[in-house]
Amino acid sequence: MSENATIKAAFKGVLGAFSLDAGFTAPARGVTCLFGPSGCGKTTVLRCVAGLTRLADGLCIVGAEVWQDRNGAFLPTHKRPLGYVFQEASLFPHLSVRKNLLFGAPRQDRDADRTKIAFDEVADLLGVERLLDRSPAKLSGGERQRVAIGRALLSQPKLLLMDEPLSALDRATKEEILPFLERLRDRLKLPIIYITHSIAEVERLADQIVLMEKGRVIGAGPLEEIESDPHLPLAVARDAAVSLDGIVQTSDEAYGLVTLKVRGGSLTAPASAPVGERRRIRVIAGDVSLARDAPGPSSILNILPARIVSMKPIDSNEVVAVVTLGADGSGARLLSRLTRKSWEALRLAEGMNVYAQVKAVALAPGRGELG
Amino acid sequence: MPSPPPEIWGPIKLTIELATITTLALLVVATPLAWWLARSRAAWKEAVATFVSLPMVLPPTVLGFYLLIALGPDGPGGALASLWGARTLAFTFTGLVIGSIISSMPFVVQPIRNAFAAVGDRPLEVAATLRASPRRAFWTVALPLASPGLLTGAVLGFAHTVGEFGVILMIGGNIPGRTRVMSTAIFDFVETMRWREANMLAGGMVAFAFAVILAMILIEKRFAKARG
Repeated sequence: MSENATIKAAFKGVLGAFSLDAGFTAPARGVTCLFGPSGCGKTTVLRCVAGLTRLADGLCIVGAEVWQDRNGAFLPTHKRPLGYVFQEASLFPHLSVRKNLLFGAPRQDRDADRTKIAFDEVADLLGVERLLDRSPAKLSGGERQRVAIGRALLSQPKLLLMDEPLSALDRATKEEILPFLERLRDRLKLPIIYITHSIAEVERLADQIVLMEKGRVIGAGPLEEIESDPHLPLAVARDAAVSLDGIVQTSDEAYGLVTLKVRGGSLTAPASAPVGERRRIRVIAGDVSLARDAPGPSSILNILPARIVSMKPIDSNEVVAVVTLGADGSGARLLSRLTRKSWEALRLAEGMNVYAQVKAVALAPGRGELG
Repeated sequence: MPSPPPEIWGPIKLTIELATITTLALLVVATPLAWWLARSRAAWKEAVATFVSLPMVLPPTVLGFYLLIALGPDGPGGALASLWGARTLAFTFTGLVIGSIISSMPFVVQPIRNAFAAVGDRPLEVAATLRASPRRAFWTVALPLASPGLLTGAVLGFAHTVGEFGVILMIGGNIPGRTRVMSTAIFDFVETMRWREANMLAGGMVAFAFAVILAMILIEKRFAKARG
């Protein structure tokens, strides 16, 4: 798919007591997370994209291919070049792991190594080589889900759909699979639509996010933008945070610190990473405070000039402010959670230049640390 | 032990032939029917299921009576028979096969339908997302997953055909070499006071029935274990 290709999806209809009216457009690259509470219609949207559920009023265009339109065009699921990973691994119990993996592989590729996504590569990426001759019944939950992901990948999809692939797994198994998903995102140039109701998964995996609520899309866009939009529920949530992608600029082994370049500034975080690597940074709104004047000597490492873009009261005693980094306010966005008392006492206002003091910057595990 | 009299081999051979042909025909007919019953959302499918199940509760004489009319010279069976110059299918081996297929159908359709229903939507959806056409999904996923049900259906269909008496007597007429199967042969031996022959066939059928049911229990246990 070309660089500017998009995934356009819009579905409207009533299923039982549930009414769906959801549409979004996302770039056909990276991970697009469909995020929202249980029962908000995420799975239905994904099933519609796959053609497993058919709503008459539906539109689904992936790159240049029309999978469904409102004039009655509807490509059956088995003709759509997609991969689908269900919540439960759903391996075929009568087939070995190897035969499960190869079930959707194009015939001419089975022996030869001409595949775009090669068998050995997937087996290696997902760590399933030693499981190949086993029966699915003899696998652990995490192993099964990895085989299911591999099986979807080997069908050579142009779009990978994942419906809460981690939600049926326990915490430890989740931590075992997440790195595989991150590798997948980084190594394969394959757009992924990923459903989750876990903000932690969104923060680690998403490039774009589609926020859903009660069968409707309430916001869609790049992760940083949606997280920091005060009109959307994420920014005013108790655990509000902004995820940014930064490039490691310097690495100070002696102190165990790295400095990452983000738009409009740079952030220092305790980590070790090679210079030039791209890493995801998470800054929690509660860890960012604002000062009107440049503070004097401080234990806080990250004090950056920024501009207040907007403010929204959360309740009677707290507000959340959106700031953009840089003296000209053109950089990356951060959220800052303040008491209303501070906001008024400092006479802060939208458009004002301030200093953002960031108490903690967390880095997502990098590729190097995943082994 | 004295060697069995030659008259009992004819009915045994005919019974095995009848049950084998009936079972094979039933697998071909009942599998798509069971698939449709398990997957269709048509409101009237239960009416079809009920119709297919009727032989389970109807007295064999009722079934035999209608089959006799249907297979006779004035029924569709007669029309079919005229294709190869015969007048009727009643009192013929072909007629027995048709009658057995109908009277054993519910015993084959039911377990296969249940097996298809137990497979559920998910494996077929997975197959579709892996580019499998509905036909390929049926052959490579649904059928293998439902195979214990097919095996159960085949065994039950075979056993029920071997054990059918009333319908066979009504439409076959117990003609030696053509329509005299084990169950009707026993009847005949008893009528003519040949207890020894009756005893051999009856005892054989008890042993057969025991083996069939035991085999089914063991098959089911094995599949349950394998699928964990």
